[in-house]
Amino acid sequence: MEFLSDIASLINSTLRISTPLVFAAMAGIFAERSGVIDFSLEGKMLMAAFVAAVGSYYLGNPWLGLLLAIIVCVCLSMLHGFASVTHKGDQVVSCVAINILIIGLTTALAAAWFGQAGLTPTLNEEQRFLEINLPFADSVRDIPIIGTLYSDILSGHYVFVYLAYLSVPIVFWIVFKTSFGLRLRAVGENPSAVDTAGINVFAMRYKALAVNGVVIAFAGAHLSTAVNANFFREMSAGRGYLALAAMIFGKWHPKTALIACLLFGFTDALQIRLQGVELPAIGEIPVQLIQAIPYILTVVLLAGFVGKAIAPNAIGQPYIKER
Amino acid sequence: MSNIVVDKSKVPWWVSNVIVPLVNLTLALLVSGLFIFIAGENPIEAVKLIIFGSFGYIQGFAYTLYYTTNFIFTGLAFAVAFHCRLFNIGGEGQAYIGGLGVFLVAINLSFLPIPIVWLLSICGAFLFGAAWAYIPAYLQSKRGSHVVITTIMFNFIASSLMIFLLVDVIRDTNQMAPHTVKLPEAIWLPSFEAFSGILGIKIRYSPLNLTFLLAIASLFFVWFLVWKTKWGYEMRAVGHNTQAAIYAGISPHKNIIIAMCISGGLAGLLGVNEILGVSHKIQAGFPAGYGFTGIAVALMGRNHPIGILPAAFLFGILYQGGSEVTFEMPNITRYMFVAVQGLIILFSGALENLFRPQIESFFVRRLYKEVNA
Repeated sequence: MEFLSDIASLINSTLRISTPLVFAAMAGIFAERSGVIDFSLEGKMLMAAFVAAVGSYYLGNPWLGLLLAIIVCVCLSMLHGFASVTHKGDQVVSCVAINILIIGLTTALAAAWFGQAGLTPTLNEEQRFLEINLPFADSVRDIPIIGTLYSDILSGHYVFVYLAYLSVPIVFWIVFKTSFGLRLRAVGENPSAVDTAGINVFAMRYKALAVNGVVIAFAGAHLSTAVNANFFREMSAGRGYLALAAMIFGKWHPKTALIACLLFGFTDALQIRLQGVELPAIGEIPVQLIQAIPYILTVVLLAGFVGKAIAPNAIGQPYIKER
Repeated sequence: MSNIVVDKSKVPWWVSNVIVPLVNLTLALLVSGLFIFIAGENPIEAVKLIIFGSFGYIQGFAYTLYYTTNFIFTGLAFAVAFHCRLFNIGGEGQAYIGGLGVFLVAINLSFLPIPIVWLLSICGAFLFGAAWAYIPAYLQSKRGSHVVITTIMFNFIASSLMIFLLVDVIRDTNQMAPHTVKLPEAIWLPSFEAFSGILGIKIRYSPLNLTFLLAIASLFFVWFLVWKTKWGYEMRAVGHNTQAAIYAGISPHKNIIIAMCISGGLAGLLGVNEILGVSHKIQAGFPAGYGFTGIAVALMGRNHPIGILPAAFLFGILYQGGSEVTFEMPNITRYMFVAVQGLIILFSGALENLFRPQIESFFVRRLYKEVNA
């Protein structure tokens, strides 16, 4: 029975830990399907975390914090678009610039405004998102299997966790079943053909980046106003890059990207459980090496030992309209 | 906006290589001033403090040159890989592992006479840094995994690995903090205060040391390698047009590996400055962001040693002057200068074409009007 509850808590934390990755991967799909590389998921997630925490601290409502985070992230996406779509600057350089700018700016402003090195004030219960207990979660807990499944795994998450998994079919529907999605994919595969068909390539890419900004804001808000009750320095800890790797591993497809995100989340949940545990035959693995497991897994997955990834054809290339 | 057509052959070299970068830099610094204002401080006072801190007294100037040394290494590291169209943003991890290399060689061979142990330690730093860059390079060329993600992951992995080593394997067991024992004093690189003593100038302490000359030598090394050798030519060919390079019989795989290994090795040399020159032991997290700053240095210096030297010096000024600012202005932390780096990368890298057409056409019109008149 203890084994079962161990499994349940592992699945529970997998779902929670994968949440920001799922949002970031979905955001990445929009940008990259339209032909714009987006390594700046990392920076945008960090900025969203900062803005959401500061916003809900001052406004007293986490939803307003989230709204501010969305606005700021869309602005950052527009900046990326301005540099790499309008001015045809190097997309990777633009992303690296945004990431470094945000690492510095968030920490510097937190220190300037709140006087603590890269920390924002702790949010109280009204200023942050709380765990949602699904109806009847307590009354069905004692029913075997179903009780565990419903009360210990499905219930008791933050709102973002449910939104993240809900976003996957929505993104799938938008990208593969709507005319917007068709144009989005076409712009990423063959922009000159789309241009010939009378669709504005630049406008499509800006629209894709705007959606990308909205979605990534949820990942940041999840980190600073739900799982944690404040922002701290570099709290995104490479999740933007992990999500991008998951998206590439998932072949720019929402469903497979979700599986890759869950895999990352599971390894992360597992590494937390493994810390300080004596393993048979190996003994205790040093904690620093266990913490590196998700990063090593990323490298291994990206190396394509599990399958070859084919990127959208026009990715990374600025579109130059011929006259 | 982008409709301005400029005949590139008529644009003088100093317009595209000096005027345009300076305009971009000015824009970046103006926005930085705005951020300092938002943080609640006076940007003009901050500039005064930066200039005083980096030039105002000899010790401060020595610190400026010490930072310059680090930025030359990491700037060159990014630039070499960039000529092959590779974004090596793993300078941080390569420098960390390079520090391990220099320490292991120096501590185990400290019985050797002085210049030899130095040379071998420098080789150790270069080889360890190069080895850490080799794996992402191999994965990029053979498996197509994007070098930006793998090098970032290798930064995280290097950090975990080094903390593990510092805590469990090579820690100075007499100390609580995770760092190694000090290297024997006999093999420390001579510092600036030793030289200045000969010249009759007395300063208390400065981290500037002989590695500065190694950095200058590296500038020449990179210039020669990239522009004067067959390797450099092949590397640039692969970076410029991979298909054409393949057609000319140049192997992209070989050149990606060479470019990344030299890049990683140069980043590793940062360990020489920090460990053989300054702290004489490995401390947790000693690369302290220098690897990332190298990106800004290289992009500002247009990936050429002649540009990287002044860019590294400028960042030396920003770092040393910046520490003066953080000391005097409570609202500014050193992270403000990380944001400034981001802005410089943005304006001199991603947005480098923001005003280029306007500026170039302005000068072309001016110059040719004079000729025609």
